[in-house]
Amino acid sequence: MVPLSHVLALSLILFVLGAAGFIFRRNIITIFMCIELMLNAVNLAFVAFARQHGQLDGQLYVFFVIVVAAAEATVGLAIIIALYRNKESLSVDDLDSMKN
Amino acid sequence: MPTLFYIFAGLTIIAALGVVLQRTPVYSALLLIVVLCSLAVEYLLLGAEFIAVIQVIVYAGAIMVLFVLVIMLLNAGHEIPSSRSRVARWLGIPLLAAFLAEMFIVLLRYLPEESGGWFAPKPAGPVPIGHLLFQSYVLPFEVTSVLVLVAVLGAVVLAKKEL
Repeated sequence: MVPLSHVLALSLILFVLGAAGFIFRRNIITIFMCIELMLNAVNLAFVAFARQHGQLDGQLYVFFVIVVAAAEATVGLAIIIALYRNKESLSVDDLDSMKN
Repeated sequence: MPTLFYIFAGLTIIAALGVVLQRTPVYSALLLIVVLCSLAVEYLLLGAEFIAVIQVIVYAGAIMVLFVLVIMLLNAGHEIPSSRSRVARWLGIPLLAAFLAEMFIVLLRYLPEESGGWFAPKPAGPVPIGHLLFQSYVLPFEVTSVLVLVAVLGAVVLAKKEL
């Protein structure tokens, strides 16, 4: 019998790990993968609550989140390719043209 | 069943740590696939069969293939730490620690009393999900199709030769 709080704790740990990667990593592709990690943490919380309440709506939200994540990955990776073509670099430190 | 849950929870956390700590993007991507697959097992244990299958096919299959393809296309190698990442470390660690502590307090204090019946067999296969999707959630479903269309068009425009 796994209590709800343990599933939510796992979800929370995954989310914080994703956020940590988002803050500390410098490679734009790794940052993007950390965003996927955070999305998956939220999905786990959705599924856990759907289980807790015995309803399927939470699982449908996960379905929509996965679709949005797929769309986001497509556009984001296209943006990364365009950035690399212009800057010849994948480090976020080089993407500061709006600063000066 | 609970043992299986905790085993895969540990695997998920270890692999997620690897995703964050690896300096080479390809290793991060491969570890992220491990995270996604073990999360699929967790979904299976939580009674979300359809979501588990979708997770493996769409996430670990399609999206991660796209990631690995882009990593190899751009020849993304080792990442070099810079001076600005030190600034992020100074600001980021306290903020993340505060967030983690706050959420754990919320989890421990405000969660409603646990009800029994976890992991009782109540499968959520494609049939009930399909009924719900095409009855109550038709409009979001159609809007999603527009979103995917826009995403495809955007990807084509962005990846064109001249921007």
